[in-house]
Amino acid sequence: MRMMTSDEDLAEEAAHGDGQAFASLLDRHYERLFAFCFRLTGARAEAEDLTQDICAALPAKLASYQRRAKVTTWLYRVAVNAAHDRRRKRATYAKATTGWGDWETNRTAANRDTNEQIDWLTTAMNQLNTDLRDTLALVLDDMTHAQAAEVLGVSEGTISWRISEAKKALRAIKEKEDVA
Amino acid sequence: MTDDLSDLKAMMDSATPRPDAARRAENLALAQKNFEDLQGSRIAPRPTPANGANALWTGVKTMLNTFTSKAALTTTTAIVAVGFLALTPQMQDVLRPPSVPQITMTEFDGAISEPRIEDGPLRVDELTSDMLERRPVTEPLGEVLQEPLIVPEQEQAFEDRSTTATARAEAQALGSAAVSDEAESAPQTQSLVMEESEPPSLPQRLQIAPPAPVEMPAPTMRNLAAPQNTVIAPAPMPADDLVVFAPHVDTEAFPTETPNTLKITSEEPVSTFSIDVDTAAYSVVRSSLSRGQLPPAQAVRIEEMINYFPYDYPAPDAGEAPFRPTISSFQTPWNADTQLVHIALQGEMPSMDDRPPLNLVFLIDTSGSMNDPAKLPLLKQSFRLMLDQLRPEDEVAIVEYAGSAGQVLAPTAASERTTILNAIQSLGAGGSTNGQGGLQQAYAVADTMKEDGQVSRIILATDGDFNVGISNPDALKDFIADKRETGTYLSVLGFGRGNLDDATMQALAQNGNGTAAYIDTLSEAQKVLVDQLTGALFPIAGDVKVQVEFNPAQVAEYRLIGYETRALAREDFNNDKVDAGELGAGHSVTAIYEITPVGSPAQLSDPLRYAPDTVAASSDELGYVKLRYKDPGEDTSQLIETPIIGESIPGTEANFAAAIAGFGQLLRDDSYLGDWGYDDAIALANSNRGEDPFGYRTEAVQLMRLAQSLSR
Repeated sequence: MRMMTSDEDLAEEAAHGDGQAFASLLDRHYERLFAFCFRLTGARAEAEDLTQDICAALPAKLASYQRRAKVTTWLYRVAVNAAHDRRRKRATYAKATTGWGDWETNRTAANRDTNEQIDWLTTAMNQLNTDLRDTLALVLDDMTHAQAAEVLGVSEGTISWRISEAKKALRAIKEKEDVA
Repeated sequence: MTDDLSDLKAMMDSATPRPDAARRAENLALAQKNFEDLQGSRIAPRPTPANGANALWTGVKTMLNTFTSKAALTTTTAIVAVGFLALTPQMQDVLRPPSVPQITMTEFDGAISEPRIEDGPLRVDELTSDMLERRPVTEPLGEVLQEPLIVPEQEQAFEDRSTTATARAEAQALGSAAVSDEAESAPQTQSLVMEESEPPSLPQRLQIAPPAPVEMPAPTMRNLAAPQNTVIAPAPMPADDLVVFAPHVDTEAFPTETPNTLKITSEEPVSTFSIDVDTAAYSVVRSSLSRGQLPPAQAVRIEEMINYFPYDYPAPDAGEAPFRPTISSFQTPWNADTQLVHIALQGEMPSMDDRPPLNLVFLIDTSGSMNDPAKLPLLKQSFRLMLDQLRPEDEVAIVEYAGSAGQVLAPTAASERTTILNAIQSLGAGGSTNGQGGLQQAYAVADTMKEDGQVSRIILATDGDFNVGISNPDALKDFIADKRETGTYLSVLGFGRGNLDDATMQALAQNGNGTAAYIDTLSEAQKVLVDQLTGALFPIAGDVKVQVEFNPAQVAEYRLIGYETRALAREDFNNDKVDAGELGAGHSVTAIYEITPVGSPAQLSDPLRYAPDTVAASSDELGYVKLRYKDPGEDTSQLIETPIIGESIPGTEANFAAAIAGFGQLLRDDSYLGDWGYDDAIALANSNRGEDPFGYRTEAVQLMRLAQSLSR
């Protein structure tokens, strides 16, 4: 029966203290949330940790859930914010998060089950600045520019601009590598 | 979306790993815990310096600070007077939660010169300052604590406020002496208490309050903390708030049969069940206990725990039936007024020198959930152990399944050890679990290997988590029951915890003419796949059923211990179409009934006043045991019959089985044991360990001790 209930209804019930509803809501979205966290971070271990952060904070966040937003939109917003917090914390001891700093960690973490192509992807994603990366992560998850705009709280035009910037940057990285 | 972006997306999709199952369960549990914590905090009003448990003291202290000593004396006297007043009958009525009308509370508050009376809901700023003060220094997730600002107003119902008033009054009565000691600023000290006493992830203080109104452990805040804690502890929050810390978010599934109930002989004299030589339940219990948890009650299948151990029962003579029943009855260890009927079957051990060649299909689950040290790697090691037991003429094939099924190794003679080992070593985990597809392919491979005079068996190694194709145990049953007709046996080896689907594994093994074992350690693999491999691979009797008819003239009540998942209908006993358990070479099976003799004080049911008096009281037999079995490959069953006769002295083997039966019931929390506890089970098992060459029984005693400590 619960499977029939919409995400939005579940979220509302959960916000009113229904533990069951909360459990099934999270259960339903866990895989997707994790996949999104992976896109945001580019490393499995990081993604697991980020997912844990989100899970821990989610019950409290529920109170801020407004019926007019889709649960996925809201969930992604929570995820993006949590990712920002993590990066901010990391930045104190690892200034180079947005550059090459993570590259080696990511590479070793991902090494087991990746091939060269994916290696490239991780590297490339890590070279983008965080705004571009968040945007790209959302759009790669089949979000429309409008939805991504809602999650990130910016205008749709900004999203489109960021995507084209990201593409440019990726192309540049690729060319640089092809030359090298 | 342009092309290079969709390329990127495809790349990204293939790069995205599946979430780790253990982490997933952990994270979901964490979320649920935080959720519950938050719920608790919403029900009860958050104590703040101004409105909380300590509020009264804050006010009184402020007052005292501004008073002269004379005025202070007057006030404290007044407080004591109010304390007395609180014990008078009228006041008791007022204090009785939770139906106190708010107006009464307000009067009460006024009577003790409470400087601030709050009637309305808590204000947001009160909550804010409180929350901020209480935030533990190391808490990484600031958001967790900031959010509850939006507390729905209706949740501040006045019954909650009145209980706080109750608490205040109690504090008043108990701790007024402490007031004069305290001149410093109370709020500060209070927040100090919070920070030191809370674990970082618990923003909700009510949950950590000790249930008994005793002093705080930290000596520095003795004065202040004592009355404060007295206040918190008796707050009438629901008892389950204190025990919500371990919600079960793992996805393990166990069969849901309830323990067998007491049967009254005159109403239901016949009990029928199939034998069960599975051992999975014992290993699951062991794995739970070794992790420091009591196993879920439904994971405890007592018959599988009893049958885990090898017993030294008398073996059948050559030329007799393939197994020999030994039936005895003796006094129940946990009830002097009842008896245990101990039914033991010992299978013959045919000479293994001329055993038929074996065709084995290893069907290996390589889904993402198997990616765990206790699963795929242990499985690989286990199969290596087993490989050494095979003979050159045996054949091995390997089929793996994840999202789809595939043959990893075509049928290969066991002599080509390196080829087989390499194939096993090459297995890696990833993807979903199409168990049905795997089974189909495995049965197909087994068919191609089959030749006359050979024994074919599929060995399915899985964590049981079938999530593609048929995943419902009942539907799988039908699927397997069809395949069973081909004469191929199916054994199931379970690995890992977290998403162990014990129910599905049971359904598969029971319906596929096989056994289910759970491998949690390499030594368990040694036991199942090396020491007892012959029994696991070569059946000596199929569809073994047991039917016991009790004599109502001797036995008033009886109860079968365990075998819940193996119960058969009375008429199924003689129906050779109905499937039952297989007995492997050298296997032994034990079943235990607890019976209440007629006239025993332990009888739980009253005899009927108007019952027809038809019992033929001539026989002194307790009952009559009938066994049916089929020779391997045959369709017609044969019958063995033997009566249960009076009491005897139990031997070591029967006593040990009884100790394990008692242990299983303790874990399942059965209500038939009376005062008999772990101490008695340990003593009984310890004195009946017998020869125990491999230490299985010694290990059982250790597990009992562990369970005893954990259940305290």
